[in-house]
Amino acid sequence: MIFAKKASRIIAAALVATLGSLGAYVVAQSAEPKEKVIKITAKKFNYTPGTVTLKKGVPVILEFRTQDVLMGFNLPDFNARADIVPGKTTRLRLVPDKTGTFVFLCDVFCGTGHEEMNGKLTVVD
Amino acid sequence: MINEINRRDFLKLAGLGGVVFASGLPGVTLAAGQDDFYFVQLSDTHWGFEGPPNPDAKGTLKKAVAAVNSLERQPDFVMFTGDLTHTTDNPVERRKRLSEFKDIVKELKVKTVRFMPGEHDASLDNGKAFQEFFGATHYTFDHQGVHFIVLDNVSDPRAAIGDEQLKWLAADLKQLKNDAPIVVFTHRPLFDLYPQWDWATRDGAKAVDMLMPYKNVTVFYGHIHQEHHHKTGHIAHHAAKGLMFPLPEAGKAPTRAPIPWDPAQPYKGLGFREVDTDSKTAETKITEFPVVKA
Repeated sequence: MIFAKKASRIIAAALVATLGSLGAYVVAQSAEPKEKVIKITAKKFNYTPGTVTLKKGVPVILEFRTQDVLMGFNLPDFNARADIVPGKTTRLRLVPDKTGTFVFLCDVFCGTGHEEMNGKLTVVD
Repeated sequence: MINEINRRDFLKLAGLGGVVFASGLPGVTLAAGQDDFYFVQLSDTHWGFEGPPNPDAKGTLKKAVAAVNSLERQPDFVMFTGDLTHTTDNPVERRKRLSEFKDIVKELKVKTVRFMPGEHDASLDNGKAFQEFFGATHYTFDHQGVHFIVLDNVSDPRAAIGDEQLKWLAADLKQLKNDAPIVVFTHRPLFDLYPQWDWATRDGAKAVDMLMPYKNVTVFYGHIHQEHHHKTGHIAHHAAKGLMFPLPEAGKAPTRAPIPWDPAQPYKGLGFREVDTDSKTAETKITEFPVVKA
């Protein structure tokens, strides 16, 4: 059992090492995030919070839930996206590598207000 | 051949998406004596929309139908490239809008009118209501030696074509010679035009990769409510203007909200274009026309 836990940590570390350079990736549901977690709730037709501020180079876990239908989270400037599935928690690890203000949006058509469903990510030094 | 159509007829086409001549398509070489043909692309009619961006929301589509009907020489066919209706969360209202739209465009004199969905028509029910009124959401047809492929990148609300349809596309392309003239219709751009405004198709690059071995491919699409011309390799992608409201250029406004109606210039931002090419040299000429003659 102990061996299994160690093995899973090694695999997780290898995945982080492999994928870390991508800037963002979806974290397995069972992962236990040790980095700062920012919870974002999606519902028709907004995100709460709608603005997020991060520090450049500091990894975070964005943790999403939807209160109704299937939603998306897309942060094109960081090539980061995830489906937000009803009844599930979706985690996305992000390491912001540039400063500025960037748009994130729902990229799963979710209803009449879909086109206004977006938010802003600000990355500071 | 283009001169056979009265230039004033084009100028009457206020709000139409595009007028496309077969001779303007790469790979199309007309035999001596063979008549050219053209089709009209209409897009983003958003029937059911109401709001300040178009005070003539209930009249614009009817005006477009009348304008097409007034052409001295009728197109071989009309293609509607999606967002026939404006989205609604109510399935009953969705069908009502699709029905009303269908009744209005029945007035077109052109016998062959083809349709495909946009995300406003199809994304909330995976194309179910659309199919009840207009049939398949992806299909092919041939006309005067040109192979037309209609790709559905909206019935999946995630803006994807999907593996099943991509396999279907691969099988269809496999039958064609690599110099066959091919026209692809989609609603969303197949390339990442501006993902920050959802102007993209999640797996569009896969379709473009499949098309790349073919020498003569042209893509016509809608979704962005404005003219836009882009090339992925040798493949040209042409976006059509819409028939309800124009949208800003990518990234040139804080949001992708409709451009406000200008009473001093009604229908501004709605227009059409003409694409024609010398059939001998295959040189392409694209001429854009304003809605109202200056």
